[in-house]
Amino acid sequence: MGTNLLFVPGNNPAMVQNAGILGADTVIFDLEDAVAGNEKDAARTLLKNALESMEYEGCETSVRINAMDTTHWEKDLRTVAVAGIDGLVIPKAERGEDIKAISEILDSITEAEDIFLIPLVESALGVENVYEIAASSKRIRGIFFGAEDYTADIGAVRTKGGEEIFWARGRIVNGAAAAGVEAIDTPFTDVEDIEGLKKDTIFAKALGFDGKASISPRHCGFIREIFYPQDEEIRYAIRVMDTVKEAEKSGKGVASMDGKMIDKPIVLRALKVLRAAGIKEDFRYE
Amino acid sequence: MSKIRVSLRKAIIASGLKNGMTVSFHHHLRNGDFVINMVMSEIEDLGISDIRIAASSFFPIHGSLVRHIKTGTITAIDCNYMSGPLAEAVTNGMLQKPVMFRTHGGRPRAIMDGSLKIDVAFIASPSSDDMGNLNGASGPSSCGSLGYAMPDALMAGKVIAITDNLVAYPNGPVSIDETNVDHVVVVDSIGDPSGIVSGTTQVTRDPVGHVIARHAADVIEASGLLKDGISFQTGAGGASLATAHYLREKMVSGGIKGSFGMGGITAFFVDMLEDGLFEKLIDVQCFDLDAVRSIRENPNHIEVSASQYANPSAKSCSVESLDVVVLGATEIDTDFNVNVLTDSSGNIMGGSGGHSDTAQGAKLTIIVANLLRARLPIVVDRVTTKVTPGETVDVLVTERGIAVNPARVDLMKSLKEKGLPVVDIVELKEMAEKMAGKPRKVSFTDRVIGFVEYRNGEIIDKVYQPAKE
Repeated sequence: MGTNLLFVPGNNPAMVQNAGILGADTVIFDLEDAVAGNEKDAARTLLKNALESMEYEGCETSVRINAMDTTHWEKDLRTVAVAGIDGLVIPKAERGEDIKAISEILDSITEAEDIFLIPLVESALGVENVYEIAASSKRIRGIFFGAEDYTADIGAVRTKGGEEIFWARGRIVNGAAAAGVEAIDTPFTDVEDIEGLKKDTIFAKALGFDGKASISPRHCGFIREIFYPQDEEIRYAIRVMDTVKEAEKSGKGVASMDGKMIDKPIVLRALKVLRAAGIKEDFRYE
Repeated sequence: MSKIRVSLRKAIIASGLKNGMTVSFHHHLRNGDFVINMVMSEIEDLGISDIRIAASSFFPIHGSLVRHIKTGTITAIDCNYMSGPLAEAVTNGMLQKPVMFRTHGGRPRAIMDGSLKIDVAFIASPSSDDMGNLNGASGPSSCGSLGYAMPDALMAGKVIAITDNLVAYPNGPVSIDETNVDHVVVVDSIGDPSGIVSGTTQVTRDPVGHVIARHAADVIEASGLLKDGISFQTGAGGASLATAHYLREKMVSGGIKGSFGMGGITAFFVDMLEDGLFEKLIDVQCFDLDAVRSIRENPNHIEVSASQYANPSAKSCSVESLDVVVLGATEIDTDFNVNVLTDSSGNIMGGSGGHSDTAQGAKLTIIVANLLRARLPIVVDRVTTKVTPGETVDVLVTERGIAVNPARVDLMKSLKEKGLPVVDIVELKEMAEKMAGKPRKVSFTDRVIGFVEYRNGEIIDKVYQPAKE
């Protein structure tokens, strides 16, 4: 999934065509907020055709379907899930059972077991239930925090400083980590304020987020740069993984490096560094 | 003695203009120019016909010339660029003789060597005294540089300055001096200064344009030319201006100071001069009013003639000292030949301007273009009209990859070493065709409506009239 996820309006042919070259690790084609009610069908068809015929090399593709309290979501799901996407973003996620239901529909309509889900948590109830949501399906790759709807829901005013979302951000990071999935931070919505974006992204990284979404291609490069690990972190992570795999191969119960035991948190940290650097690593704790 | 003539008509009569002669104009007032229409209307009223009109460029505002073609007042056209209703009329075959399309450097060459003989030059002058000392930098219709009018003033049989801003003798600074001016005519207005704005001074918001521009700036860096003393020229608007934006960022972060920026000068280049990123600006024409202000106030903003800018027969010219130029294209073929004259349907919509001059002069010529334009692939097997020869083009930068001219082995190697997405130009063509399909071939009649003259005087292509659907 990488460190930067970019929203692209699902009803804009030029943007849909060029989505793969805008610098995002994962593109989120939007069928929800970006598309007016009377354009939902047309956008869905456009996306289906684009996904089936275009090559989006070098980035993953996902679709934000409409929320489950609308009449569109199931049509969205059934159309795009079989068109060759890598993942789905599920808005207004509030309960684990809803995500489970989507996961089951996916199981029934496609053999692609690797289609990932990213529940978008953007309400007070969703934030309360974040761990339950994050742990509801093996397809879940990460939890995405949506701050705009969340602040409206709790009755706070959204600010650039983000004091009003401080607690929710922490809870999202915690819930995602507890379930072993990634935490994706909310977009920084002022497209022109690059300094503000950088500050907000550095803060999100410090809180423990694995990546950040954006609504402007201009933001992708800055987000990637901030989340990109230092060279020494990458080298250390590669050594950790080599040591762990070597220990596993030779049947050693405990791996050690530089005289220190490599325990699970060190391995998880190394995997996170490699993910952020875009280095593929299939190792998984059973 | 005064050179003031009471009316334009009197000045034309005094110049001795007759049937079959050639008149010339500059295009510094661009789409705000009133002078070409005003003069041609007067010539028609005088009953003079069979005129060759040689202007450095024509814009949509010059649509009334179509009427003068119909009446036989204008029977031949010579220019470096043409857009709007006049281009449409020529495309439709209204003019009997083919248009001679030159370059900004080829035109002064042709004027100086006599192959373009001008009988009467009409020079729109934002400021003049009664003896014809002219500049473009002051007055209500100021357009900045008068570079394109300078060869005309020097070589034309007679020169008529037309101004809406008569000042006391002696006028200064002087762009064109009284030794070359025969008559001065004062009119109410020579143009609308807002019409000189070309392209945009705002960096594009188009995300694809930014992808292309970032790649183009990376190419400049990888070429090794991004160092103290770099000289640079780019177009106004779209990915070209965005490239300047990213180049500027690289210059600022690397503490690099350039020697000169050149061209059509925009506010963006003026800012770079004022921020100390360039030592000088070389200005053959101003593309906006900030550039006009700068050329008036800043001694490091230098006005040059079209000859000094790009005349290949001159002892030297500025394009030969240029490191990097970033240019656009309506089509580019797999041999890197570029078309900026006709669109993909064969309609005339532009011309070389300084495209071929800077491409040949610069050490690094980069074409920036969206791989698909209005659902049509920009890379084609063979361009509809060859304007800039492929051997003078080094790199094509698109949003889906960078193609390097195979002759530039050194550049290909450095770009690959820097990890830039280098692909074969044929692959780019195939990529575009895979997305948009192979375009239907446009059919043409046998009728030649234009000649493409390269900067050295060689005719390198002909423009044919598109067949009616």
